[in-house]
Formats: sequence, structure tokens, C-alpha cells
Amino acid sequence: MSAEPAMRAAETAGESIVLRVSRYLPGRDAEPVPRDYEVPLREEWSVLDGLNHVKDVLDGSLAYRWSCRMGICGSCGMTVNGEPRLTCGTFLSEFAPGPVVVEPLRGFAVIRDLVVDIEPFLGKLASVTPWLVRNGAEPPPDAEFAQTPEQLGAYKQFSMCINCMLCYSACPVYALDEDFLGPAAIALAQRYNLDSRDMGAAARFDVLAAAGGVWDCTYVGECSAACPKGVDPAGAIQQYKLTAAMETVRRFLLPKGAR
Amino acid sequence: MTAPDDTAARYRRPVPVLWWTGRRPYLLFMIREFSSVFVAWSVVYLLLLVRAVAAGPAAYRGFMELSASWWMLALNVAALALTLFHTITWFVVTPKAVAVRVLGVRLPAFMVAGPLYTAWIAVSAFVVWLLVR
Repeated sequence: MSAEPAMRAAETAGESIVLRVSRYLPGRDAEPVPRDYEVPLREEWSVLDGLNHVKDVLDGSLAYRWSCRMGICGSCGMTVNGEPRLTCGTFLSEFAPGPVVVEPLRGFAVIRDLVVDIEPFLGKLASVTPWLVRNGAEPPPDAEFAQTPEQLGAYKQFSMCINCMLCYSACPVYALDEDFLGPAAIALAQRYNLDSRDMGAAARFDVLAAAGGVWDCTYVGECSAACPKGVDPAGAIQQYKLTAAMETVRRFLLPKGAR
Repeated sequence: MTAPDDTAARYRRPVPVLWWTGRRPYLLFMIREFSSVFVAWSVVYLLLLVRAVAAGPAAYRGFMELSASWWMLALNVAALALTLFHTITWFVVTPKAVAVRVLGVRLPAFMVAGPLYTAWIAVSAFVVWLLVR
């Protein structure tokens, strides 16, 4: 790498960048207050590395979530310079000369500093029956449940979600109405609805087509733009709107026994 | 693991009324939604034209004079621009909303959007032909 000697030179010259971190301690602060920390600007340092430097060296009281450092655990989502990002995959050099404004994910209640309350989100995920429903037709436990590549392809994209909540943070509908089921939960429902082994679509319809379900989505499309895994939850929602509309007509026209 | 302290106050960031002005994609979304008003106006304008035509030559001339006034021209130029914006933004998002599968493989976006643009051009060409023939 040709840039490396230059970066090394910058490091020895002590080049740094300011992290403007949102701090909130319930009981002490009425609302979050930004606080500046000067961290080393290194080419290979992500925003998360900067936060770890703050916690290790400058201020041990900073609270934030992180785990894998490689974009798969979905823990370190925060608002960086106004955009929902995974801080482990967002590099400080992108924002040079700074400052880098780090805030908690928008749309969620802040517990402390950069930690948000994820309980409502977990409740939404569980509400869409996110497992293979077999309605009593259980296969023998030792049997393989084979799928063709086409059957896998029907839902694979929606199975890539890492529950990082960036899509909720990007969604203005969720920011205005916390009862909205939201992008990831609906994409997760579609992941099972489109699985050839699943029989739970009717049960999920009652959640997805109800108030707070897919019809609350106005198709801003920013959830899909924010998704670090290419899940396209906006697509999942619009596709389900079509399914839900057809199902509503079917339920209205057909007698109960024929559904 | 200790249970979260639910007695502590959570901070909820208020959503400002002008939340959509701060980010370009939000602003474009609001313009797309707002353009529906102008799409509706285009329909009303067409119905007014039909009514004037049905009411005879005098009413039609009156409608044409009204249409030539500066404010009606300005309104219709704005309506044309926003209707074009509305149409194109919806054609861009349609392939994401409609997943067409043929033999188990999802059709690429251009094969879903292509027929929409083709139909649009065909209808426009027909209208132009009606006007100039």
C-alpha cells in the first residue's frame, strides 16, 4: 500500500480527529449533551475503534454496545454524522478533518450515552412468528428437509438480516409512530412466508395486515438504503402489500372452508 | 445479568415538524408525495376540458382563454414537471415492489420497469398523433 508511509508519518506527527459523542446520564442530564474527544486519526481505525480509544484511555464512563467488529453481530449501530451506520464498518478517515458526530440510533429511546432501548424491537421481531410453522405436519427429526436452489433463492435475501436496527433508525414512519411493526420485522416475516417449508403465512397475515403493519409504510425507501446487508426491507414490505391485498380479497370472496 | 433499571428516565428525541427538510432522500420523498396533488389537478383539468367541449364552441373558447392566462400556464407547467417527477420516481421503485419470478428466477429490474416506460411512450405517441394528424 502506497498510502501507508504517509499515514505512518501522519501518526508520528500526531494527527488526530475529534469525536463529538452524545452523552446522556439519566437523572443528571435532561437531554443528551455532546462532548468532544480527540482520538488518533489512523487509516485503519473505524469509528468504533475511536470509541474504544475514548473508553480505554480518555473516559471510562462512556456507554455503548459492540461485539464482533466485523459487521455481523449488529450491535454497534449508531448515528454517525446524521446517518445510521454500523460503527465497526465506518472509518474515521471518511470524516477527516472532522469532527465525527456520534449519536445513538434515532427513533429509539436512549437509556444512556449511545445505548438505546431495544426491547420494543425484540417484541416486534417475536410478534411475526419468526420460525418454520408446520401446523402439525412435523417431518421426522432425522429427516433432511431439502430445498432446491430456486426455493432457497425465494427467501435468502431476507434471511441475511443481522437485527442491527439501522433500518428502523432510517425510517421516518417508525420515528413518528413507534407502533409501526417496522422494516426488519416485516422482512423477517417474509423470510418465513417465502420459505417452501413454512405453513405459517395465515397466522402472520393477521399481524402484517393489521393496524401498525405493512399499510403504515409510505415507501420512503431509506430502510433499504441504510441496510448494511442488502436485505431490502422496503422491497419486502411492498411485495407483502400485494400479497396482503390479494389475501384480503380472497378471504372476502371465498367461503371459510375453502380458504 | 442484571435487569435494566426501568425506573431511570429514557430520553426520547423529539421529531421536529420539518424533519423532512434535513436529509435529501426525505425531501425527495416528500416532493414525491406532494406531487400527487398536481397529478390530481391534471385529472381535474382534463375533466374541465371535457366538460367545456361538451358544452359547445363558446364554452370551449372560454376554456382555451382561461388556459392561456399566465397563472394557468404557470400552474400547468408546474403540474407537468411534478407529474413527470411522480411518474419517474414510481417507475423507479416499482421493480422493488413487484417481484416477478419466471422459472424460479427473479426478473431483473429493467424487465419490470421496461414495459412501464414502453407503455408510457406508446400512450404519449398516440396522444401526439391525435393532436397533430
